[in-house]
Amino acid sequence: MTNQAKNGSLLKVKDLRTYFHTEDGTVKAVDGVSFEVKRGDTLGIVGESGSGKTVANLSIMRLISDPPGRIAGGAVEFNGRDVLKLSPRELRDLRGCHIAMVFQDPMTSLNPFMRVSKQLMEVTQLHLRHTKEEARRHAIQMLEHVGIPDAAERIDSYPHEFSGGMRQRVMIAMALSCKPQLLIADEPTTALDVTIQAQILELIKKLKRETGASVILITHDLGVIAGMTDHVVVMYAGKVFEQAPTGELFDRPGNPYTRGLLRSVPDPTSEQGKLYQIPGQPPDLAHLPFGCPFAPRCERAEEICTREFPPFVQLTSNHHSLCHFANEVYAESNR
Amino acid sequence: MNDIPPDKPHRPKDDQVLEVPERTPDPPVLQVGPEMAVAEDVHDIVSGELVAGSSLWRDAWRRLLKNKLAVFGIVIVLLITLAALIGPSIIKATTGYSYDFVPKDSLLNKSLPPFRAPDGSFSWAHPMGTDNLGRDILARVLSGGQISLMVALIATLVSLVIGVSYGALAGYLGGRVDDLMMRIVDVLYSLPYVIIVIVLLALLPAKTPTGQLAQLFFALGAVSWLTMARIVRGQVLSLKNQDFVLAARATGVSTPKIVFRHLIPNVLGPVIVYATLTVPTVMLSEAFLSFLGLGVRPPRVSWGSLAAEGAQHLSVYPWQLIFPGATMALMLFSLNFLGDGLRDALDPQTRKE
Repeated sequence: MTNQAKNGSLLKVKDLRTYFHTEDGTVKAVDGVSFEVKRGDTLGIVGESGSGKTVANLSIMRLISDPPGRIAGGAVEFNGRDVLKLSPRELRDLRGCHIAMVFQDPMTSLNPFMRVSKQLMEVTQLHLRHTKEEARRHAIQMLEHVGIPDAAERIDSYPHEFSGGMRQRVMIAMALSCKPQLLIADEPTTALDVTIQAQILELIKKLKRETGASVILITHDLGVIAGMTDHVVVMYAGKVFEQAPTGELFDRPGNPYTRGLLRSVPDPTSEQGKLYQIPGQPPDLAHLPFGCPFAPRCERAEEICTREFPPFVQLTSNHHSLCHFANEVYAESNR
Repeated sequence: MNDIPPDKPHRPKDDQVLEVPERTPDPPVLQVGPEMAVAEDVHDIVSGELVAGSSLWRDAWRRLLKNKLAVFGIVIVLLITLAALIGPSIIKATTGYSYDFVPKDSLLNKSLPPFRAPDGSFSWAHPMGTDNLGRDILARVLSGGQISLMVALIATLVSLVIGVSYGALAGYLGGRVDDLMMRIVDVLYSLPYVIIVIVLLALLPAKTPTGQLAQLFFALGAVSWLTMARIVRGQVLSLKNQDFVLAARATGVSTPKIVFRHLIPNVLGPVIVYATLTVPTVMLSEAFLSFLGLGVRPPRVSWGSLAAEGAQHLSVYPWQLIFPGATMALMLFSLNFLGDGLRDALDPQTRKE
């Protein structure tokens, strides 16, 4: 929570809805999601698989393929402009230049048939109108920056000549080539082993400090959230279930789902015993239950939960929770 | 056919040396051993040499060279091509014969058997004999080879350009555009290609012999791109949902650039294989058309028109059919061997993890 001084808002997502039309019915992958990223801040988005984290962020960059997907409503304001209303041309200028993305699996997100140099140079040639020589020099600098040794020699390698961690470094170098204002990292460490994970996260932190970019970090690793982010958005079934500053969320969760997530983290100090898990499965987004989508799995659920959709309760000035019993849960957490 | 991981070939995953010597808080130090850059090949390793980046093609090339039939194919294709290219001028320089040279004593030299002079004695003048106008068959076969090869290559090129762009666009754009584009292909597919070619050749009146040839290239190319388009479309369909395409879109790369710079290089393997197998097919079609009298017209010759001529006197002068026929058959065999070899070397399905 270092950068809360400069509090301008960079990205405002308002009531975003992304639906997929399938034979099985309409899947509301993202259904009324709102959040805000401030300049220089890191926002964490957590949630189980299939909770809409990735779709929400692809929607921000309008990368949802249509058909079957469609952004059905809402607004994505980046620097005050609605991304959803940009022309294809403006959109291309935005992507990679102002908002950049790092994907989950570095093994598949580099083109296997293109030399790394060409892929890196493409970005700056496109957005910064670099000549070949400039782009190449810049690309080598970027590779050195992300800690790839012998960058000048290795730049002409093909992706398969790099290891997973190295490739993720290349992806990060590519994403940061144009000094974007916002970096979206979609589970950047999920496919990597633990030591490399730490290095990559450290790298993102360092580069963020240097460039002042804002970061959206999507992950299901709560440890990563705790160590990296200023604010957290907890998503479930395409909705925001809880939203709070990181410290507050960990200390005083105001939602049973968040509490379940926190309890699911293995505790190395407890000798043995069963790992806690939230019972049940995430719901089928095409056929959501009536009322609160989490109700069937919730240990606090009461009759009202299956009858009425829960309200988005404001607990403190920047802490919200989607639950009928948000205040109670919040109070209980105050231990 | 799923994704094409070109990097999978022989390297076990864990030989990449990435060591973190100690946990320093900031910035993490990586040690990279020199082995890392070496693409290790299990069967023959270029000892100590740093392989610069092209191991996919290198591996494919190695696999190709291990395939005896493919090597045989390459050698024969190269030999016949070379002979067709320089042979006619050598024959012209040494004996004065060319494909359309009719000797003055035509009656005497008419339909000589191989290696025979007009008086029946042994002679090096006509290793393949002469035709019924006394023209040297060797010179005609080699010149015919020039035309046949040229027609096959250019028609394949035409089919390559049309088929790859068409298929890649259809596959990438998807949806209704894809439906429409592929239905057009289906319709063209269902028409017998011979009829299309005949109609095309009849509709486009060519004045000059060169124009006639160009017409033939066009007609053959126009019917042979269909399969290529289907192959490329299929490949692109399976590739376009891969992360690297999403990553390219996320960097703001435009659609044409994604298709032509990112996707097409990835489908090159199957494309090369199919193109190699298209060459003999087109060559055969050309021979067929020329045999029917629709293709190459006299005085120009191709293997097909030579075979057509020879077939008229098959029972009396069999060598007039055998030599052009055998040459073409050898070429077709070799091209098919080469194509099969290339498929084994490049096709990801045959590649073992």
